[in-house]
Amino acid sequence: MSGSGEKTLNLTLKVWRQKNAKAAGNLETHQLSGISTDMSFLEMFDVLNEKLITDGKEPIAFDHDCREGICGMCSMYINGRPHGPKQGVTTCQLHMRSFNDGETIVVEPWRSAAFPVVKDLAVDRSAFDRIISSGGFVSVNTGNAKDANNILIPKDDADDAFNAAACIGCGACVAACKNGSAMLFVSAKVSQLALLPQGKVEAKGRVLNMVGQMDEEGFGACTNTGACEAECPKGISLENIARMNREYLSSSLTYVKK
Amino acid sequence: MASSSKLNAKIPEGTLENKWTKYRSTVHLVNPANKRSLEVLVVGSGLAGASAAASLAEMGYKVKVFCFQDSPRRAHSIAAQGGINAAKNYQNDGDSVYRLFYDTIKGGDYRAREANVHRLAEVSSSIIDQCVAQGVPFAREYGGLLSNRSFGGTQVQRTFYAAGQTGQQLLLGAYSALQRQVGMGAVKLCARHEMLDVVVIDGKARGIIARDLITGKLERHFGHAVVLATGGYGNVFFLSTNAMGSNVTAAWKAHKKGAFFGNPCFTQIHPTCIPVSGDHQSKLTLMSESLRNDGRIWVPKKAGDTRKPNEIPEEERDYYLERRYPAFGNLVPRDVASRAAKERCDAGFGVGASKLAVYLDFAANMMRYGTIEASKQNLHNPSQEKIKELGRDVVKEKYGNLFDMYKQITGEDPYELPMRIYPAVHYTMGGLWVDYNLMTNVEGMYALGEANFSDHGANRLGASALMQGLADGYFVLPYTIGEYLSEEIRTKAISTDHEAFVKAEAEVNERLTKMLNIKGTKSVDFFHKALGKIMWDKCGMARSEEGLKWAISEIRKIREEFWKDVRVPGTADEFNPELEKAGRVADFIELGELMCVDALTRNESCGGHFREEFQTEEGEALRDDENYSFVSAWEMKEVGNWELHKEELKYENIKIAARSYK
Repeated sequence: MSGSGEKTLNLTLKVWRQKNAKAAGNLETHQLSGISTDMSFLEMFDVLNEKLITDGKEPIAFDHDCREGICGMCSMYINGRPHGPKQGVTTCQLHMRSFNDGETIVVEPWRSAAFPVVKDLAVDRSAFDRIISSGGFVSVNTGNAKDANNILIPKDDADDAFNAAACIGCGACVAACKNGSAMLFVSAKVSQLALLPQGKVEAKGRVLNMVGQMDEEGFGACTNTGACEAECPKGISLENIARMNREYLSSSLTYVKK
Repeated sequence: MASSSKLNAKIPEGTLENKWTKYRSTVHLVNPANKRSLEVLVVGSGLAGASAAASLAEMGYKVKVFCFQDSPRRAHSIAAQGGINAAKNYQNDGDSVYRLFYDTIKGGDYRAREANVHRLAEVSSSIIDQCVAQGVPFAREYGGLLSNRSFGGTQVQRTFYAAGQTGQQLLLGAYSALQRQVGMGAVKLCARHEMLDVVVIDGKARGIIARDLITGKLERHFGHAVVLATGGYGNVFFLSTNAMGSNVTAAWKAHKKGAFFGNPCFTQIHPTCIPVSGDHQSKLTLMSESLRNDGRIWVPKKAGDTRKPNEIPEEERDYYLERRYPAFGNLVPRDVASRAAKERCDAGFGVGASKLAVYLDFAANMMRYGTIEASKQNLHNPSQEKIKELGRDVVKEKYGNLFDMYKQITGEDPYELPMRIYPAVHYTMGGLWVDYNLMTNVEGMYALGEANFSDHGANRLGASALMQGLADGYFVLPYTIGEYLSEEIRTKAISTDHEAFVKAEAEVNERLTKMLNIKGTKSVDFFHKALGKIMWDKCGMARSEEGLKWAISEIRKIREEFWKDVRVPGTADEFNPELEKAGRVADFIELGELMCVDALTRNESCGGHFREEFQTEEGEALRDDENYSFVSAWEMKEVGNWELHKEELKYENIKIAARSYK
């Protein structure tokens, strides 16, 4: 019914299975036939899980929720790439028409020291929440705000801030990075707030705190390979990292914590 | 009609304009020292939950937040696209608090409470101020001021937006406020936790039983008050625009512990969603209502026309919304637009392979924008190609992410071809019954946002869900909860060894064990799909007495079969998504029956509730204000047996009229 014209695929799937954080894991092979090219990648997993349940086996655990590319929960490392072969999409928005009949697909969880595996393909990304807690906000209590149009913001700044704020916190940047660095994620939030007058007041302390927390969580350092930008489903730009480095350098020279 | 004695909406005295102001200034307060020893449990971390939790913590209360996702930022508010309404009148087009109030009551087909809706309109302005102060990057004009657009059911531009990702930006704002409090130790965050029961002691909500979804361990949590901000129940239909995890479980457990369920049959079917493509479909995707600002909806004038859309000349197209509703055109409210699409498709004019779709066409407005851009850029005699290119850029800036999403899912390019769209379940106006304080009839238990029934009547207007979620969380509950908690300052924290906690935990444990031990032959999804089909066919866009009676008996059969033959793999003491799903579907089955019972009781058509027996000659909804101007509040006696209580709706400020968008 879709304009693409429905076809079906036969596939070999090699999926990472791991009972829990402490257990050792391994790749398990599954054969699938009659997979519609109109299915999303996760719907293909639904079919596989339904089959596993019918066969009396344990289904594969994976994180997912909105299935429209915005909640950031889905997180599969497909054929060596976070969210798979297509640029600019999350796993849930990846459709089977991006694969060929007879293909073997290897699916693993995000791999990073700071994202321990919970089970199978699900990982623990609470480190991101802790980084936001360390400074990814404007300190304004409810009810303190003045009229919204009292703050004029040049459209270009607002647009740049929006583009940085579009980050969905999925962690693909960390999974893509050979160092397991979270610089793209952290810099997106630092940039959004540094570009806006509302965020400028706390800008210096914010960048120092957030980078400090990032290091504490065990994320790696940035070596500017650009893999994060290439794999980001929301097109978050490397410019954000450059901006954060600038903010960090000037803050570390001028910020005096009282 | 008089309201049931079991329902006291506690609407303050005074004129409509003064009720909230006066109430806010006279409501009981809790002094800062006492706040520190009062604990509030907030279940759900979407717009309503996150904003409430952050605000309560800022005020000094001890707060715990629970969400089933791995982070509070994932809550489904994040997926809201088009925008948020506020009566700012920045566009100088005649907007006001009264007009927003009026539009919302009328949009809800005169089935919402005047006092609640007026309060919502009053605080709408402060929400925008708060969000901007937090750094929410709303769309702006070149002069640096905020930009607005229109939404259905209104004739002013009062919708604030951030491209097609407004929900995301607002939620990240509320989430950042919440995480700030987490960092300060004022909020304890329990992610990957699911509430499986409420603990009620001496008639008051005093805590919850939650399951740690990673370890499977059941936990007891005490609170002086329990706030449920757990969203809507659209997933009862299996296919909806809700996230896969969106569920009714928390609200349903509250209902089973005595909280009344309000207007359960009021469901919103959103007119512009991507059509179903096959049996594998796991969810449906919305295309924001904001697209109807620039997209014109049409079908071919000839039934069964198989030509491609671009080959059908202008005069052979039926722009049926513009034809039927000239005053509002493509911007009629959602219920009206959905029914009109169904009517055309049922009559054989649908398009696409399934014939269950209509076109949403941007070509005309793309050219209009292109012409304006060309003029702005001083281009003389631009080619059609150039105009199209410039227009495309304008449309891309407004809706780029939506167009990309459409292309991803369907494989078609909406810049070149009109979108194919069809209505899908999107939002539930019904929910837990609450009074003016947002408290359910169980003392100390509150319901916020989509989880309550309060503000949208029988149909919600676009861009009003975000407004209500944040109004409830930032500006209503923080005040109204004081009325209750000021009486609780002498209540010491109750030990979770209390027998009520022990009993509730044992019951939860028993239910989980029971589901795991059935070891039947059919998966949880099998039952969910069966339920969804019945609900969509018989309790969806059109309902009838006969269909609803049939549905009730079928749903009972599904319930029986579920508890005999479901297969839930794994164990209770591990990360087990199938077990989570099983519990949610079991609750959906019980809820589905109540929705049909409610729809059967309401012998009228209003908003999203369309009973085939009650329509005008032109096929418009036919309300019965004399007999049905009430809120249905259902009390559960036992599963499958409910008692109806009625809250009379009084309109003292608005003259009830037939709802017309012509």
